[in-house]
Amino acid sequence: MQEFFAMGGYGSYVWSAFGISFLIILINLVQPALQHRQAIRDADDFHHQEK
Amino acid sequence: MNIIAKWYYRLGAPNWFYPLTGKMLPWIAVIFLALLIPGLYMGLFTAPADYQQGDSFRIMYVHVPAAWMSMFIYFAMAVAAVVALVWRVRMAEIMIISSAPIGASFALIALITGSLWGKPMWGAWWVWDARLTSELILLFIYLGIFALYNAIENKQTAGRAMSILTLVGVVNLPIIHYSVVWWNTLHQAATVSKFDTPSIHIDMLIPLLLMAAAFQFLYLWILLLKMRANLLEQDLHCGWVKKIIWDRRKAHNGGN
Repeated sequence: MQEFFAMGGYGSYVWSAFGISFLIILINLVQPALQHRQAIRDADDFHHQEK
Repeated sequence: MNIIAKWYYRLGAPNWFYPLTGKMLPWIAVIFLALLIPGLYMGLFTAPADYQQGDSFRIMYVHVPAAWMSMFIYFAMAVAAVVALVWRVRMAEIMIISSAPIGASFALIALITGSLWGKPMWGAWWVWDARLTSELILLFIYLGIFALYNAIENKQTAGRAMSILTLVGVVNLPIIHYSVVWWNTLHQAATVSKFDTPSIHIDMLIPLLLMAAAFQFLYLWILLLKMRANLLEQDLHCGWVKKIIWDRRKAHNGGN
């Protein structure tokens, strides 16, 4: 296991590459979900007042 | 009306697109994970270390699919730009503006992971090499498209301007692809796309193809999430959004 994380001495490069990519992808998934939730709330407010 | 025309019109209608894509999302997420998990496992565990680059080559499994996606997304946006300009389809514009930040993200991933791969292999985080520079320009084009659309108040004008800018930026795609051929670059040449004699071992190739397929579904997943959010936001006052809100309330109140 130790050996796996060491990645033949390149561990810091390999794991930073995968870690940063994961973070960027996560932001891409969370942001539209939050935007969608806000849009539903705004639409709900608007069409509530309107009746 | 033939089937293609029917689908074309339906997909262009938000009141049809929104619920349909809502049903598709969980399946797309499942397919993405089903490709990603074995891809990562094989890429990080079972693929043999490279004879020259050791384990550092494993960065390839995120670097190459991300770089491919950064170009594929741009190509898809350019096709949508033609559709938007010729047939004035608003959904095509929504697709472009929703894709731009995703394309920018993949270009950024390609640049960062390339930098983390370049440092141990070339001894430098960054060089002004033709491949790296043209990929950096691609990132700026994505950001430019996004900024242009959001800077123009009238969304019809914004959509047209954005579509034209998208088409102009297409010239960069062949430059990125052939940069390793046309110029004497530090970046290594293609190993997969020369199908007659692919110079990559099969045990290394399979996880790469799995990751590349996974990233296609990841793009589709994020794209649909983003398009749905943008559509709701833009059409806040429209009838189809009202219907969705009322249906949601009915479901929430248990049918009363």
